[in-house]
Amino acid sequence: MRKILLPLAGLMILAVLLAACGSPSGVETVEVVVTEIVEVEVPTEGEVQVVNAPGYGEILARVQERGRVVCAGRTDLLGFGYLDADGGNIGFDIDLCRAVAAAVLGDPDAIEIVPVTAAERGPVIQTGEVDLLSRNVTWTSSRDAQWGNFTITMFYDGQGYMVRGDSGIESQDDMDGASVCVTSGTTTEKNLAADFRERGLDFEAVIFEDTASVYNAFFEGRCDVTTSDRSQLAAVQAGADNPDDYVILPMIISKEPLTPVVPHGDDQWFDIVKLVMYALINAENPAYGPITQATVDDVLASENIKGRTVLGAEGDWGYSAVGLDADALANALRAVGNYGEVYNRYMGPDGIAFTLPRGLNIHWTEGGLIYAPPIK
Amino acid sequence: MSSSNLPSKSQGSEGIIPIWRDERALTAAAQVISAILMLGGLIWVGVNLLEAAELRGLSLGFDFINEPSGFPISESVIPYDDSYPFGTAFLVGLLNTLKVSIIGIFLATILGTIVGLARLSTNWIVNKIALVYIEIHRNIPLLVLLFVWYFAIFNKLPPTKEGLELPGPIYLNQRGLFLSWPRLTETGEGFAISLLVGLILAIIAWITLRRLRERSGRSTYFAGVSFAIILVSIVLGLALSAWQPLWIDVPVFEGFNFTGGLRLTPEFAALLVGLAMYTAAFIAEVVRAGIQAVDLGQMEAAKAVGLKPMQTLGLVIIPQAMRIIIPPLISQFLNLTKNTSLALAIGYADLFFVGRTMINQAGRAVPIFGMIMVTYLIISLIMSFVMNAYNRKIQISEKSV
Repeated sequence: MRKILLPLAGLMILAVLLAACGSPSGVETVEVVVTEIVEVEVPTEGEVQVVNAPGYGEILARVQERGRVVCAGRTDLLGFGYLDADGGNIGFDIDLCRAVAAAVLGDPDAIEIVPVTAAERGPVIQTGEVDLLSRNVTWTSSRDAQWGNFTITMFYDGQGYMVRGDSGIESQDDMDGASVCVTSGTTTEKNLAADFRERGLDFEAVIFEDTASVYNAFFEGRCDVTTSDRSQLAAVQAGADNPDDYVILPMIISKEPLTPVVPHGDDQWFDIVKLVMYALINAENPAYGPITQATVDDVLASENIKGRTVLGAEGDWGYSAVGLDADALANALRAVGNYGEVYNRYMGPDGIAFTLPRGLNIHWTEGGLIYAPPIK
Repeated sequence: MSSSNLPSKSQGSEGIIPIWRDERALTAAAQVISAILMLGGLIWVGVNLLEAAELRGLSLGFDFINEPSGFPISESVIPYDDSYPFGTAFLVGLLNTLKVSIIGIFLATILGTIVGLARLSTNWIVNKIALVYIEIHRNIPLLVLLFVWYFAIFNKLPPTKEGLELPGPIYLNQRGLFLSWPRLTETGEGFAISLLVGLILAIIAWITLRRLRERSGRSTYFAGVSFAIILVSIVLGLALSAWQPLWIDVPVFEGFNFTGGLRLTPEFAALLVGLAMYTAAFIAEVVRAGIQAVDLGQMEAAKAVGLKPMQTLGLVIIPQAMRIIIPPLISQFLNLTKNTSLALAIGYADLFFVGRTMINQAGRAVPIFGMIMVTYLIISLIMSFVMNAYNRKIQISEKSV
């Protein structure tokens, strides 16, 4: 009798719980139709009725409460996201994050950079763990569907190959049977495999998760070729012991539009980040001033309507709808300058990282692809 | 507890203990409550996961398994390229992990036993060398060891054209170890099957004939019979394959790399060597503990009976030490298998590395992590099941037969 006391007690308690959770038998469900009379306000002309999806405004509220913008970025890629001599975060992608922080919180240093590997960047923005993913991320359709909302391309890049100057390699056909070092979890490795398969060539893939190991192995001679975005290859070449021994081949095997990403589900934050990026791009347009880091106040004092609109002195560029102050974009421009200034700071002729011709990244007024909708 | 004259627990000296003081009822209630809490916790976590996934549009299905993976894998036991589905990529990772684990366990056990015995040696130098080996490998984190083996040792070997060439030919250079390796010809399949069948028959013959000898006392020449069976199967196989069962695949330098032959990549070699040496240090201590646990009297008695040191070790000490050695040894084997997941730091495509790449390329973190965990769990459970069965079989019971 005593041996079955324990299981019996357990069964009884479980049974009671199940019975309590389930619907009691003997009770009939009856459909009840309820007619409610609801008063609907008809909007008068000129008023706009705003209905927002769930999730709208969550991230902005979180950022303001926290007091800083959390960005996922890199600390090891020269030019885009790396550390200066004092250990501070600098770089093209970092400056985009600082621009957003300046616009939203008024302080460009109110940021927290979370370093993530290529394998982690998808999950980290999918779960909303970070507010902005500004990390050299290629915009693809599947990523747009899976990871988050891609804002606007800020760097048009392409994938290329880097080889040793004395290897005699000039095209993919010379690379048949070669060992190629590549980072895992990137579009780079997919494009590499597709390129070689289309040409019917063989290669040995040497894959690491950590980008530093990839280039380390390449420089050690473990592989003959390495492949990545050409901007990244330029950064790596500049950081090598003997940059002149290496050659970045001229062919581009894929489009790599590098774009900042925000989490799915919050349209307001999506609009905010896009507006900041539009401001950086439009500020370089001569029709808007152009507005540089130094000339923000000059443009404010001038008669240029387009420029003054961006800086919040005239009209509503959309700030009331997204919950920002009128001078948010002005703060962003004061913090980092316009697109050209951000680019040249790191990769221009006097860039502190290396020099890479803007190529496709020239402003549209001069024939490049950097274009944004008007701010008004 | 069956028949005793002590008062049973539910009867105190004054009669039956009330249920709120009854020890057994209290423990039963505690168990039921904690089970409910744990179950409730798990359900809450599960429901939270489902809700969050739906809110963020994360798909939890497994439909991606049949889509082409799009990414290459550095080495694979089965044919694979980027047009194969994700499911095949996962299988490649699994096979790579098993390859390293099995060979690693084998090497670690042999090396660990040798080092463990060396640690017990009365020769001062041998003893201290073993001590240094054990202390180094136990105190440096495995990841650091793997980095040292790969980046500081295997990566620094001479480049392909200046590599070492040994008779064989065997080539050793930065891109790996290339061996000449026999491979089956088209007719060679008959040879392989015949050899396999012969081996199985020989093992069965060995076991049955040996048991027969133990029981009946007659000599049954089990060794001779087994070898004869193998010999017959070899000759039969050769005949079936038209006397040309194998051809030697020789590595040849073409373009950038050697093709042909058997290749051990530096990533595989670094992982194998690093893991084996690391785990061997722990196994050495386990072996030493087991041997030291055997009563000193056994050793003295063996000496008195006239057994030589090697015979003492093999016939008296080790069989008794096995009882103590095997359970922690199982843990070490499982550790080795799970430690293979560090392969991602040095570029060896094991299950975890391939899984992480799949997450990034397919975008499904939760289902893929679930697959990875379940796979490691199954591998570990199978391994411990097999080893526990072996343990039960060979351990000496102290109860009289």
